[in-house]
Amino acid sequence: MKAPRLTDTTLRDGSHPMRHQFTREQVASIVQALDRAGVPVIEVSHGDGLAGSSLQYGFSHTSEFDLIETARSHAERAKIAALMLPGIGTRQELKEAVARGIQVVRIATQCTEADVSEQHFGLAKELGLETVGFLMMAHMRPPEALAEQAKLMESYGADCVYIVDSAGAMLPSDAAARVRALKEALSVQVGFHAHNNLGLGIGNTLAALEAGADQIDGCLRGLGAGAGNAATELLAAVLDRLGLNPGLDVFGLMDAAEYIVAPIMPFQPFPDRDAITIGYAGVYSTFLLHAKRAGAQYGVDPREILVELGRRQAVAGQEDWIIDVALDLSRRHTAGTRKESRL
Amino acid sequence: MQADKVKVAILGSGNIGADLMYKLLRQPGPMELALVAGIDPASEGLARARQLGIATSANGIEAILADPEIRIVFDATSAKAHVRHAKLLRESGRIAIDLTPAARGPYVVPPVNLGEHLRAANVNLITCGGQATIPLVYAVSRVTPVRYAEMVSTVASRSAGPGTRQNIDEFTFTTARGLEAIGGAQEAKAIIILNPANPPILMRNTIYVMPEGDFDEAAVQDSVAQMVADVQHYVPGYRLKNLPVVERRATPWGERPVIIMLLEVEGAGDFLPPYAGNLDIMTAAARRVGELFAAHLLKTMEVTA
Repeated sequence: MKAPRLTDTTLRDGSHPMRHQFTREQVASIVQALDRAGVPVIEVSHGDGLAGSSLQYGFSHTSEFDLIETARSHAERAKIAALMLPGIGTRQELKEAVARGIQVVRIATQCTEADVSEQHFGLAKELGLETVGFLMMAHMRPPEALAEQAKLMESYGADCVYIVDSAGAMLPSDAAARVRALKEALSVQVGFHAHNNLGLGIGNTLAALEAGADQIDGCLRGLGAGAGNAATELLAAVLDRLGLNPGLDVFGLMDAAEYIVAPIMPFQPFPDRDAITIGYAGVYSTFLLHAKRAGAQYGVDPREILVELGRRQAVAGQEDWIIDVALDLSRRHTAGTRKESRL
Repeated sequence: MQADKVKVAILGSGNIGADLMYKLLRQPGPMELALVAGIDPASEGLARARQLGIATSANGIEAILADPEIRIVFDATSAKAHVRHAKLLRESGRIAIDLTPAARGPYVVPPVNLGEHLRAANVNLITCGGQATIPLVYAVSRVTPVRYAEMVSTVASRSAGPGTRQNIDEFTFTTARGLEAIGGAQEAKAIIILNPANPPILMRNTIYVMPEGDFDEAAVQDSVAQMVADVQHYVPGYRLKNLPVVERRATPWGERPVIIMLLEVEGAGDFLPPYAGNLDIMTAAARRVGELFAAHLLKTMEVTA
């Protein structure tokens, strides 16, 4: 195993539990701490990527372009990255993000739909960016199918392709097999992005590293969608004990998590009942808060909503199906109650 | 030519062209399908047209230009090809109904604004998501001013061809512009998601509409119900899964009531499978536009005679 490159995505994946309310001040202090602690890449954008600010996903408090600009001005060594999902964000926002300071773009598609990203990789390369492909919901397809999709991204110009466990549904053997398939198929780097819904955020990341992953993701305090991600400070401590520390200040990251991020978190992401359900049912981690809200609004158990979304094979970004499922379940319950009262 | 019919041609013999052919044969109205022109002599669309006894050509637009009786041309090729076709068709006095994203003529959504453009030489059908969702945004904006509208279209992966995939940004721009210009929203956003589920999902659209101020919910419900019925005339599989619901949402304009509509579009299964409601609504809208143009032409001809 070799020391991996770490991308911290507190300011992107963490935007979900923060309900997209990050401020310039928060971004400045988090970026400063990460930069000082030797984190080489810091991702900043709406949780659903550039242009994610919407009724569908939640509106941003502060424009992500302003947050990117703040991040860039507070990073001395770290590169600033943004996420974009074709279908939500477009080349227009990508250009704006470059103008405001990103040096890396991570282009994410559902793991079967890599061919929607060709024009975005093309522009990113033209603009001189480092590019990362993000195959989301990768638990839904076998390793060989993912390798095919990853090769498409490589052909479009990806410098690295990630296996993204958006649902936090993988077991360590799933993560390892998928990373290995990409390592065998690609000549560019391979990454792994974990969610902790089944309590395997760190474990799956280690399995990915053993299978040859070159890059990994973390969030301070695990602040991310669902039960959160692999915690950056934990990864630093574990990598250090493994003798694979890529130059991270373990205590600096522990302090940033404890004293900068923990005090501003609305809650500590944790594999609780609903978050475990996300991993267990294999649905998109960001559905968590939306399912809780729709559950309260329509009087349905969020767990039932999440399980039904898994059955319907909902994919990344389909938050609107949550309302649909909640209404269907609520109708079914009403019909059921009526039947019972007749008995 | 039958005196009560207008000769029309389909340009493009791919999936869309073939589906439109079946619709025009099943429900010709005042149209007579005189020619299907493609550029690939081996295409399934041309083979099927021949089997059905329709004149075909693999010479593309040349065959259409050679027949002066053809008055209306449905262009189901590509945006790039349509830019060239639009010029040639205009010069030879034909009406072009453009199913590509080229947008050389005004946007039309049949139950919303077609009446305004019956004299246009070229009309554009926007996008599948636009045809599905603009009528519902308009149904709200004709009752109460709309500050912001957003649509999320989810289509089956298998119904999204290479054209959509390589031009996914254009889908979002064009649809959002249509929601504003034709739907009547002051500001709009469009999102598209491809879902690879097996069996394939029916085309689904979620429409969020935030009115400018207070609004009469009953009037909105009535207007929406009327619009759904109007679209169902030409797209029978167009249906709301639910009555519109109103949720209070945090927005840049404060906490506001938002009308949410969940729309499903099932295709007629003419040539393309029923799950591809996104393609069906384009060909159904094209047929409807052609029907109205043809009726208008016949009326004008009577007047001149």
